[in-house]
Amino acid sequence: MHIPDGFLNTATAVGAWAVSAGGVTYAVRRVSKELQERQVPLIGVTAAFIFAAQMINFPVAGGTSGHLLGGALAAILLGPWAGMLVLTSVLTVQALLFQDGGLLALGANILNMAVIGVLVGWVVYRGLGRLLHKGRSETAISSFAAAWASVVVAALAAAIELTISGVLSANVALTAMGSVHALIGLGEGLITAAVLSFLGATRPDLLKLGRAAPEGAR
Amino acid sequence: MSWIKRHWWAVGLFAALAVAFLSPLASPHPDGLERVAEDKGFIQRAREAPFAILPDYVLPGVQNEGVATILAGIVGTLVVFGLVYGLAWALRRRSAHAAR
Repeated sequence: MHIPDGFLNTATAVGAWAVSAGGVTYAVRRVSKELQERQVPLIGVTAAFIFAAQMINFPVAGGTSGHLLGGALAAILLGPWAGMLVLTSVLTVQALLFQDGGLLALGANILNMAVIGVLVGWVVYRGLGRLLHKGRSETAISSFAAAWASVVVAALAAAIELTISGVLSANVALTAMGSVHALIGLGEGLITAAVLSFLGATRPDLLKLGRAAPEGAR
Repeated sequence: MSWIKRHWWAVGLFAALAVAFLSPLASPHPDGLERVAEDKGFIQRAREAPFAILPDYVLPGVQNEGVATILAGIVGTLVVFGLVYGLAWALRRRSAHAAR
């Protein structure tokens, strides 16, 4: 759902830039307080994987495709603040190097997928983690739901930006964006749950590494 | 500890590059937002970028489109890895040097 330039009016795009700049600045501050040196490679690998996986569009119904966004995956693996920086970096490289997503629209894309998508994934995953028992299948269910919700809410945010820009009425934008991304979100949920289940089965230490709090903090 | 266990991050990067090799298999259909933009008739509002480096995830000058896509994917995967690794390295907590 990378918004190209031209879809949003200037006021909306600039406003989205301001909000996402605030979110990313806060994330940088939190990461610089909390990030440990031994977590650095995991962050790089997660970003590389999300970029590559975003290239693999999978078909959904009606001649439409979707691809992993990775916001929930990054949040669950690395926590929300490092996750936000990972998604922001991926989106920035896509806009600058691959002309995927506009430059003026980059602020909105960061807001939708890196700030909102990551935070929603994180909140849903943590919320379900408190409700459910701790176990492999419960983790898979929580991560699937977190990934699905992160895609749908990010799409609704994009719909609201299209509405503010006067492109579509709120009703049409929310219904159209929400329904197609409710389908795409199923793919996001399956991939996210599969990757985390694989890591949980093979390298559970890496799942703990990304979220480990630094000594003395929190 | 085996080499693979210690160098898990190299294995992870290799896995990401392996995913990039699958990129020619990606569905060519429009994505969710493009689908909505076509259905609701505002796709023509999209403006081309003022510059093009690797547009459409294809490395220019390579005849075979599948190969060009894989190469663009490898370039992007390595750029993202390097950028984020460097960013994280610059931001890491320097607890070893004690608080100042």
